[in-house]
Amino acid sequence: MSYVANTAAQREAMLATCGVPNLEVLFADIPRELKPRASRLPPGKSEQEVLAAMTALASQNYSHLTNFVGGGFYDHFIPAAVDAIAGRSEFYTAYTPYQPELSQGTLQAIYEYQSAMCRLTDMEVSNASLYDGGTALYEACQMAIRATQRPKIIVDGGVNPIYRQMLYCYTANLSIDFHEVPVSHGQSDRERVFDALDSTTAAVVLQNPNFFGVIDDHTDIAQRCHAMGILAIQSVYPIALALLKSPGETGIDIATGEGQSLGLPLSFGGPYLGFMATSKNLVRKMPGRLVGRTVDNRGRQGFVLTLQAREQHIRREKAMSNICTNEALCALRAHAYLSLMGKQGLKEVASLCLNKAHYAKERLKAIPEVKVMESSPTFNEFTVRLPIDAAEAAGKMIELGIAPGFPLGRYYPDMDNYLLVAVTEKRTKYEIGAFAETLEHVLTTG
Amino acid sequence: MEIIFKKSVQDRKGVSLPALDVPTMISVEKKYGRTRDADLCELSELDVVRHFTALSRCNFGVDTNFYPLGSCTMKYNPKVCEKIAQLEGFCSLHPLLPQLRRGGMLTQGALAVLYELERVLCEISGMDAFTLQPMAGAHGELTGMMLVAAYHRDRGNVRTEVLIPDEAHGTNPSSAAIAGYRVRSVPTNRETGVIDLAVLETMIGPQTAAIMMTNPNTLGIFNSQIGKIAECAHRHDALLYYDGANLNAVVGKFRPGDADFDVVHINLHKTFGTPHGGGGPGAGPVGVKKKLEEFLPISRIVKRPDNTYSLNYGYPKSIGYIAPFYGNFGVCLKAYAYILLLGHDGLAEVSDNAVLNANYVMARLKRSFDVPFDRTCMHECVISAARQAKNGVNALDIAKRLIDLGFHPPTVYFPLIVKEALMIEPTETESKETLDAFVAAMEAIAVEARENPSLLHDSPVSTPVGRLDEVKAARDMDFAFA
Amino acid sequence: MAIVPTPADRKYTTTHEWVKVDAGLAIVGISYHAQKALGDITFIELPAIGKKVGKGESCSVIESVKAASDIYAPVSGDIAETNTLLDAKPEEINKDPYGSAWLFKITNFNGADLAGLMDGAAYDAFAESDK
Repeated sequence: MSYVANTAAQREAMLATCGVPNLEVLFADIPRELKPRASRLPPGKSEQEVLAAMTALASQNYSHLTNFVGGGFYDHFIPAAVDAIAGRSEFYTAYTPYQPELSQGTLQAIYEYQSAMCRLTDMEVSNASLYDGGTALYEACQMAIRATQRPKIIVDGGVNPIYRQMLYCYTANLSIDFHEVPVSHGQSDRERVFDALDSTTAAVVLQNPNFFGVIDDHTDIAQRCHAMGILAIQSVYPIALALLKSPGETGIDIATGEGQSLGLPLSFGGPYLGFMATSKNLVRKMPGRLVGRTVDNRGRQGFVLTLQAREQHIRREKAMSNICTNEALCALRAHAYLSLMGKQGLKEVASLCLNKAHYAKERLKAIPEVKVMESSPTFNEFTVRLPIDAAEAAGKMIELGIAPGFPLGRYYPDMDNYLLVAVTEKRTKYEIGAFAETLEHVLTTG
Repeated sequence: MEIIFKKSVQDRKGVSLPALDVPTMISVEKKYGRTRDADLCELSELDVVRHFTALSRCNFGVDTNFYPLGSCTMKYNPKVCEKIAQLEGFCSLHPLLPQLRRGGMLTQGALAVLYELERVLCEISGMDAFTLQPMAGAHGELTGMMLVAAYHRDRGNVRTEVLIPDEAHGTNPSSAAIAGYRVRSVPTNRETGVIDLAVLETMIGPQTAAIMMTNPNTLGIFNSQIGKIAECAHRHDALLYYDGANLNAVVGKFRPGDADFDVVHINLHKTFGTPHGGGGPGAGPVGVKKKLEEFLPISRIVKRPDNTYSLNYGYPKSIGYIAPFYGNFGVCLKAYAYILLLGHDGLAEVSDNAVLNANYVMARLKRSFDVPFDRTCMHECVISAARQAKNGVNALDIAKRLIDLGFHPPTVYFPLIVKEALMIEPTETESKETLDAFVAAMEAIAVEARENPSLLHDSPVSTPVGRLDEVKAARDMDFAFA
Repeated sequence: MAIVPTPADRKYTTTHEWVKVDAGLAIVGISYHAQKALGDITFIELPAIGKKVGKGESCSVIESVKAASDIYAPVSGDIAETNTLLDAKPEEINKDPYGSAWLFKITNFNGADLAGLMDGAAYDAFAESDK
């Protein structure tokens, strides 16, 4: 099935109009010696066959486990209306809105998304989206280097290790000096961060809540940065922002994050949504598309892509970033999600996450073999120390239908016995209880 | 339409959430809490659905209108692919599961899709290995340039420059620059529409890391000297990069790997029919030849002798992690389903019909418009409104008038090297009837351009808004509703 | 709009900047032809005071809606002053490119750099041929 409409007779008529005898003539520029041999791909299949084959593959995945795995990517509830809205093909079969008159739907939605993200982060300007939270953080570092003309970046050890790996990968060919500062009692280590700041520092990269789920108030770090002309970058978890001190209130210069929790399915790692928000005085250094509100030739409100001179299609090798295709439909989902949740709903979701996670903490604390790390407050994710290798314990729990969290040994060599446990509003009291009982069972029966 | 925040009514709710079922009742310590609620809207579910439905009706999409936007490949996106990406077993799968001990066994279906998609992309492109991690075409380009850098570093080569034809997409020079390279622009021969080998020979040297090419290029012309260009690049130990943005023109007819390209990226949202989403998400998998395989990003998906799949991180020369996980999995799924649907026979029909449709449109428009390169084209044709511009009607006016006649306009003013360019890409899924209607509209516009230019200057009039004040937008900087 | 005559009291570059020496400073702007080609100017990024610039070096960027153009220093020297009026009103460059909308002033400049530049008449001919 190729979805081609033209019939053989139509093709003949069209070839005649073109004045060519056959289709091969149209491909005459491809040198004969480069014409491929017979393809090893199978022939096309019917829709029914493909759907059956893919459904069979889908059923091989353990998507039904009771999920306590987070690590920056969370199993939140998605209202049906989000799917219905994003399923409008007027949105998803459109291209980037370069022709504004016939793209007002996409453009106004992005403007509203930008507005919602500004309200959530208390920042002045949000871009239209980046690929994911990790590339957003990398772009924020590049932006800080452009804005300050300095080469050094201080990275807090509480930043998601997956993002730290990405930062170092992207900058391997560039002369950027990264300096990592481990956390102290789960929070940013003030003394060592302040010691690391100097006149060559472009930015400090923070995360709140951090990878261990610990919440912090980075106001003092932002203040110290500003006194030295350094930018404060903070990666944030948007659901938590309903309750936590926002980047704007903290004095952050560039806020970034992963928007997956705002109505996007986990989908095995993507597509996700990188977001970035900053202040107006940095907007020309910001990467990514931006929608602005203006008027048309009759004075009516309308929306356009603006400040495009920052972007690759205009400035080519001097552009702020090479990004072109972004995650527009994911941003639309996030906007629909935030609109449905609203001011109260988002707070309720965040409060459910917070309370259920703390209930889980209490339940796990009651197990004598388990030590819950409690030196600093947490949001919906926390660390526990087990008497055995956490990966081994997790393996046994999975056999019993529960994915109990993420074993930290993978990213922290001295933390083999530690498990990072996430609890969202989707987990019930019953599931949390079953988790605690199963873990106790696994730990006591070996 | 009214901004959503203006529709907000205090205390109105759009969702129902479960009651707290645990005996804990805590709140965030004041020191860590926000002082003022985030001012999100307060609407009912119907308010929200109606708002977005109304917005959607202000859009053109492939499902609503012919969308011959050159260089963007706005073909039909099969509905079954959307359905497949929403299967619970795929869309609820947590990406960290495979990183648990023996976790690969929890995600065999997903890993199978990724592994098999890599294999079919190798077969289609003639490359030896693929990574599916890049999340868009430009992201693929950047990954490709990082692979180029890793290759030269490994060989002890000091390379500083990347050569790129002047007609290239803006992402090419931008990606090369962001990877740390100086960009040099190779001029296009104005007679043939492609770069000359002789010119390239004068520019290439021991400083050249790579040549980036799109073939067919953005003028829709296939460079038949490609074999000699590859030979020239390799003589200098420079790598040849294939921007697969236009692969849909030649899929099944030409494999970049056979022409000795070393690195390619493929836009799944173009050639393989995944929707563009109003600007994303896309996916830009990168394929390489054997000599570059060890540098590919991790993780890599491997098939074990017992036919199970697993993730492997043991590649010490890898450039590392360019994505948090395995790329835009949902997009990869749709592309894999699309390839299964079409098969080798269907894919050959893609290029046949994409190219025929473009040539048909060009042949029919020749009478009314200038054609800068008067020869057959590939999947898109570039025409010029230079003739109409003499009468004060430029490419943008023609584009705007087309909107009133029910068509999405072609790409205008690109490629930059053609004056008053209109770049038309019909794609293979459009019928002759649709193309005839488009041609009729264009011919009518050519007449209007002579007889009634002000009609064109004032268009569009049928859309929710007319031409917008972009200067005001740039000066006012109103990016968020206050 | 009437075409603004090209002043004869200054020199011009092939990249469409003008330079005029006044009180020991080289004052730099862009030509009428250049601002017209750019269209409505929406932003200018001016160089930092004290920055050393070389002849032909890019030291400022002018943005319009659909373009960003580098401004090259016509002479080498140090940036002594920038036109802060343009931060708030970049559109002045469209209105008065030869007067109030000068861009920056260069001190300690190399007078020899002026020698190769065009006079007004030569620039008019050049701009005509560059269309």
